[in-house]
Amino acid sequence: MLLRLTDRGLWCEAADIYIDPWAPVDRAVVTHAHADHLRWGHRHYLVSEAGLGVSRHRLGAQADRVSAVAYGETTTINGVRISLHPAGHILGSAQIRVEYKGEVWVVSGDYKTDADTTCAPWEPVRCHTFITESTFGLPIYRWPAQQQVFDEINHWWRENANAGRASLLYGYALGKAQRLLSGLDPSIGPILTHGAVETMTSIYRDAGVAMPPTTYATVDQRDPAWSRAMVVAPPSVDGSTWVRRFGKHAAAFASGWMQVRGARRRRGVDRGFTLSDHVDWPQLLSAISATGAERVWVTHGFTGPVVRWLQEHGYEASAIATRFEGERDDAAVDEAESTESETGGATS
Amino acid sequence: MIRFAALYDAIDASTGTQAKTDALAEYFANAPAADAAWAVAFLTGRRPKRLVRAPDLRTWAAELANIPDWLFEESYAQVGDLAETIALLIPENTAQSARATDISLAEWVEQRLLPLRTLAPAEQRTQLFEAWNTLRGTARFVYNKLLTGAFRVGVSDGLVVRALARTSGVEADVIAHRLMGHWEPSAEWFETLVSSATSDADWSRPYPFFLAYPLEAAPETLGAPGAWQIEYKWDGIRAQLIVRRGKVFLWSRGEELLNGRFPEVEAALALLPDGTVLDGELLAWQDARPMPFTALQRRLNRKTVGKKLLSDVPVHLVAYDCLELEGRDIRTEPMRERRKALEHVHEQLIARHAERSATPLTVSLSPLINVASWDDVSERRSEARAQEAEGLMLKRADSPYGVGRKAGEWWKWKVSPLSVDAVLVYAQAGHGRRSGLYTDYTFAVWLDNTLVPFAKAYSGLTDAEIREVDRFVRANTKEKFGPVRTVEPRLVFELAFEGIQESTRHKSGLAVRFPRIARWRRDKVATDADSLETVRAMLRAQRNET
Ligand SMILES: [Zn+2]
Ligand SMILES: [Zn+2]
Repeated sequence: MLLRLTDRGLWCEAADIYIDPWAPVDRAVVTHAHADHLRWGHRHYLVSEAGLGVSRHRLGAQADRVSAVAYGETTTINGVRISLHPAGHILGSAQIRVEYKGEVWVVSGDYKTDADTTCAPWEPVRCHTFITESTFGLPIYRWPAQQQVFDEINHWWRENANAGRASLLYGYALGKAQRLLSGLDPSIGPILTHGAVETMTSIYRDAGVAMPPTTYATVDQRDPAWSRAMVVAPPSVDGSTWVRRFGKHAAAFASGWMQVRGARRRRGVDRGFTLSDHVDWPQLLSAISATGAERVWVTHGFTGPVVRWLQEHGYEASAIATRFEGERDDAAVDEAESTESETGGATS
Repeated sequence: MIRFAALYDAIDASTGTQAKTDALAEYFANAPAADAAWAVAFLTGRRPKRLVRAPDLRTWAAELANIPDWLFEESYAQVGDLAETIALLIPENTAQSARATDISLAEWVEQRLLPLRTLAPAEQRTQLFEAWNTLRGTARFVYNKLLTGAFRVGVSDGLVVRALARTSGVEADVIAHRLMGHWEPSAEWFETLVSSATSDADWSRPYPFFLAYPLEAAPETLGAPGAWQIEYKWDGIRAQLIVRRGKVFLWSRGEELLNGRFPEVEAALALLPDGTVLDGELLAWQDARPMPFTALQRRLNRKTVGKKLLSDVPVHLVAYDCLELEGRDIRTEPMRERRKALEHVHEQLIARHAERSATPLTVSLSPLINVASWDDVSERRSEARAQEAEGLMLKRADSPYGVGRKAGEWWKWKVSPLSVDAVLVYAQAGHGRRSGLYTDYTFAVWLDNTLVPFAKAYSGLTDAEIREVDRFVRANTKEKFGPVRTVEPRLVFELAFEGIQESTRHKSGLAVRFPRIARWRRDKVATDADSLETVRAMLRAQRNET
């Protein structure tokens, strides 16, 4: 096997590299900067050029251990050819292609194949073995068109603004928040951000991604114009003292989980918008088919149903147990994020 | 249908009653009368029964979604709601739904939904495919909800009444009264419902029931006990009895006509003068006192009653209130005056009955509890269970007979619940708001060295606790039987309930009433839980209370 699952993560023995390892290693190749994929403590990191800014920020004191390659550029170690290709998940997210003696493996990381102007679009990479996530691997998950969701969000914002209440929109600080910002209509009112979101957004701007003007909502400010404002914040602030400064407001959560009513109600927000940075069921199936892979390993999410479906359709498929988390909807993740937001990180 | 789906979304998206009432009023003002009629029916819980067999629905939905049955079941397990699972699984046929013109709610219901019941399965399948391919989003979900007989929406009857009153300018009490009893939704019916003309309301129709709030504050906050009429809170079926134009109508609080089910009570009521309406409680009755609620249950689902059941479980009406006297609506008169009217009516009844029959009269007055202090009241409450009562009712002596619930007029003061520490042994996934989470629990107590299941409970935990228990269930499953998981017996909960009865249908030999989770006893391990013997002792103590 070119790649093997070890207790530190996915390991390529021939090159002695790990992909998104969860325990300290010498050389880590990292798909993207979410906390369950990019972890502290490795000696050396390789990421995509587009992801250099967010990765360095996330690693803080260990930022100098990171080096980057452009998408599609090949690095060779011990005869193993390694290259990174756009995954369409968040800024800098990559699929990792590993080739040795003619055999090709691709690790998807987190990915989606639909529209998003804040990162490079997913590209199919032909391979023999594809390792895919399955966060939303059930046919009940089918995303509406991105523009339709943005229209709904702007409509909701406009109604709130006309009723004199602020709109609080919750999405993970890295990736989801910037995608939401890219879809907002700034003519409706001012756009405010939580500190964790603002930090990440400025890194997106530095990387040349177009973002609407935003204002960091600090504690000591308060402005009457806020009654028309859209506030983009991580979900962990819901119900905390942080939101009190906005007075009367409506709250919404943007996530793939919002597709199902029960999940929407449990969130306890006024609205749920179905917007995800992971593949839905149709995207998952067409992505797998586009890789031409015969063998598929399935990780974090609905591994059972996806493996069975693939097997019934002639793939050699199996589930592997990793420590990646996908897009979670429970409180534990919010807590993890709120502690991380001090250093600007996010789990998704 | 699109308009009704939009109303559903608006109600679903808003948490405040104001926003819900606005959405309802806007709907009633703009929808065609025939649609509005069906909307009123569905929103007040008059939904059609399941129209298509659930296994057929699953098979056909999987077929149209082009997925194997096992994947349908995996999806259903995640969503927790059949109607929603189907709505999500079938890809939207945008070409077909774009071509389709919107069909009104009334046409959907009358021409396409209700006729399904009598169609052959193959015909049903064709009709469902057509509907699923044309409808999208919430409209498709609402259609499925009506199909499965599970349509529910988060508005109270009171909100619907308020919105209708606002749109029509007719008083809310009048609307509420017109909504009671039996009616068929139609455009004409809706016109009458919102008409400002003082039409002679259907004479069989009950008045809206007046309800009590649970008393949470100390009774001393209510002022002097002399200002209150105090009675037992009987544990039977609340009913309204109407005698008009020589006929008797017996209505349940669920607005179900009970005629024919309690012949012994009806026969006595027929002796009342025309133009009498009473409010009371139907109770199983023996030796001049109520039997436990389980006895009454044997009579409940019978449309006709045999001789044996009639003599095993005789039923009796305990009268609380008089709403109409000699054809006059006296609901606005104070409680103390209505009580006098009730006593007067009852005396007449005793006299007439004595002339005609030697059997005991099956109608009595709910006795008043006369007390000098709140301490006395409290004392009487603690003995209520020995009377087969759930607690006490406190009615302000000058209260009118209102509509629905109104704070400050009537209070129910229930007996403090019994409680037991029990171990979680089985869990099942919930539905609706709790779908996809393990929220329905079965609890057990010890009998020697084994745990005997003795109660099920669904409510009482916070959302955070529910998620925690859900994770525990998933991580500690021993066995799966269909939707039920057997879990490691480790978590202990304090269960509260209102009463205990013997039961031959339960493994434990006991049945508890209204069990709920009082709190999670994280401080206890399974071996600390109570034993079946403790629960049996509670049953004995409950019987001996005097
Ligand atoms: Zn992930
Ligand atoms: Zn991610």
